Amino acid sequence: MKTVTAHDLAETYDLVVVGAGPAGLSAAATAADHGVTVLLVDENASIGGQFYRAITTTPVEAPGLLGPDFWKGRPLAQRIAAAPVSYLPKAAVWNIVAPTGPAAGFEIGVSGGGAARVILAHQCILATGALERPFPVPGWTLPGVMTAGAAQTLLKESGLVPSGRTVLVGTGPLVYALAEKLAAAGAPPLAVLDTTIGANWSAALPWLPEFLISRFAVKGLRLLAALRRCTRVISGVSEVALDGTGQGVERIRFRRHGGAEETLAVDYALLHQGVIPNIALSCVAGCSHDWDPLQLCWFPTTDATFQSSVGGLAIAGDGAGIGGAESALIAGEIAAIGAIGRLGFVAADICDGLIAGKRRQWSRSLRGRRFIDHLYQPGRQFRIPANPSTIVCRCEEVTAGQIRRAVVEGGIGPNQVKAFLRSGMGPCQGRLCGQTVTELIAEARGVTPADVGYFHLRPPVKPVTLAELAALKR
Amino acid sequence: MFRRLPDLAVRKAVSFTFDGRSMQGREGDSIAAALLANGIDHVRVHPVSGAPRSPYCLMGVCFECLVTVNGVGNRQACQTELRDAMVIESQRGARAVSDEISQ
Repeated sequence: MKTVTAHDLAETYDLVVVGAGPAGLSAAATAADHGVTVLLVDENASIGGQFYRAITTTPVEAPGLLGPDFWKGRPLAQRIAAAPVSYLPKAAVWNIVAPTGPAAGFEIGVSGGGAARVILAHQCILATGALERPFPVPGWTLPGVMTAGAAQTLLKESGLVPSGRTVLVGTGPLVYALAEKLAAAGAPPLAVLDTTIGANWSAALPWLPEFLISRFAVKGLRLLAALRRCTRVISGVSEVALDGTGQGVERIRFRRHGGAEETLAVDYALLHQGVIPNIALSCVAGCSHDWDPLQLCWFPTTDATFQSSVGGLAIAGDGAGIGGAESALIAGEIAAIGAIGRLGFVAADICDGLIAGKRRQWSRSLRGRRFIDHLYQPGRQFRIPANPSTIVCRCEEVTAGQIRRAVVEGGIGPNQVKAFLRSGMGPCQGRLCGQTVTELIAEARGVTPADVGYFHLRPPVKPVTLAELAALKR
Repeated sequence: MFRRLPDLAVRKAVSFTFDGRSMQGREGDSIAAALLANGIDHVRVHPVSGAPRSPYCLMGVCFECLVTVNGVGNRQACQTELRDAMVIESQRGARAVSDEISQ
């Protein structure tokens, strides 16, 4: 692996991989091992993505603290270090334009270190992973309210833990894993407010046998047992609101099963209700997307090699549907073999054979996932705020009530509502509100999210300075 | 605030200022991590309502941690590596058009 700057980039690469998490790293290494020229672009300062964040640089040396699943990223880090890949860290991809003719390539707008470039790629793999599902409850914009993933990042990257009364709020494996990690690090949370819906069990139950023979089972059951030893678990939480002053969050109000209101004084509230694909770049590249009624999120539609509806552009890992780090790693290999085949580096029949084997491995890695998806499907009240004053779009401070009113006034989809209210027009470009806006409109209109659609995203999807644009070579 | 675990690998101290106050972080910190470790819980004032905002996602998605770094505005604190002698400023509301431009 050779670290490069935006100035050093070649004009053209056989393959550009965006994102250096498990899918991107395995895709880049697999392709480079076959003689393909590969550029790997990533936003972070070091490889790993979110799950394996800071895998080569973390100051947390005690192996038990970050856990064996984290350290499974080490062989992958060693593999990419040995692969002939050009690696551009601390860089943002802000546009992807699909080729206009068979001889042309993808035009990829990238900037880093104060310089912007537009480079060509014959094939492209997006491995931009997932982001945490928005958790729009009253007070979620107060200082001291963060995502559980944010606390994970601070722990892995800098060895930091929250100091003070911390509660974890939400549902899904990350909530429980983080609670256990914080406790092991000597910063046990005051409580876990579990928003898992009890009624989800009936939908999850048919998938229990598959879960019990999966790699998740032992890990999950051990985790749940450990959790109750290290913190207070408050189950059946059906309503959550955060109160505070100008200085930050001070208390959390909640109800169990719709009962009487209870409160806890807090300094930090860490929210999490699962992750959803980050579709910013697949939208801008013009890929087709669909709504997943189980995972409750948009995902780009892909074929057997994870190629999207745009030929030559594949999406590997959680960006194409949530499967977790281990399955993302295999998906990266599959996407890379697909790209190698289309580039003509390996004969099509050999690629087909390799892909068939890897697909079986990939399917096995997803075993147990259905159970998790059903059990931890977040409740409607935490996705579609009933309280009209709850902020949905954090950047422009647009509330759920304003969006419902806009629907009555004729805003039939996210783009009309955006024009009325600016929701999705702020710096995050709808990453933190798009999902909620779609579901709110769908509910208000009595139709499905697929009927409502998503924001039209336009480049640049990450900020570029005027100086960078002005210095672009034409 | 966030505190550092006691038994971390030794990393060099990095000095910076935030709104004129001298602070220290460690090599490998993002600006957001260094600010949280120094007890800075909010980094900007929202341009619409004037409410204080703090880093939220720490992975470059939410744009809540925007700060001015060495005079350049709207930098994502969680995506920017802390460097020695950095001058970091909070962003207070919407930017005014400077006299220079409006004249």
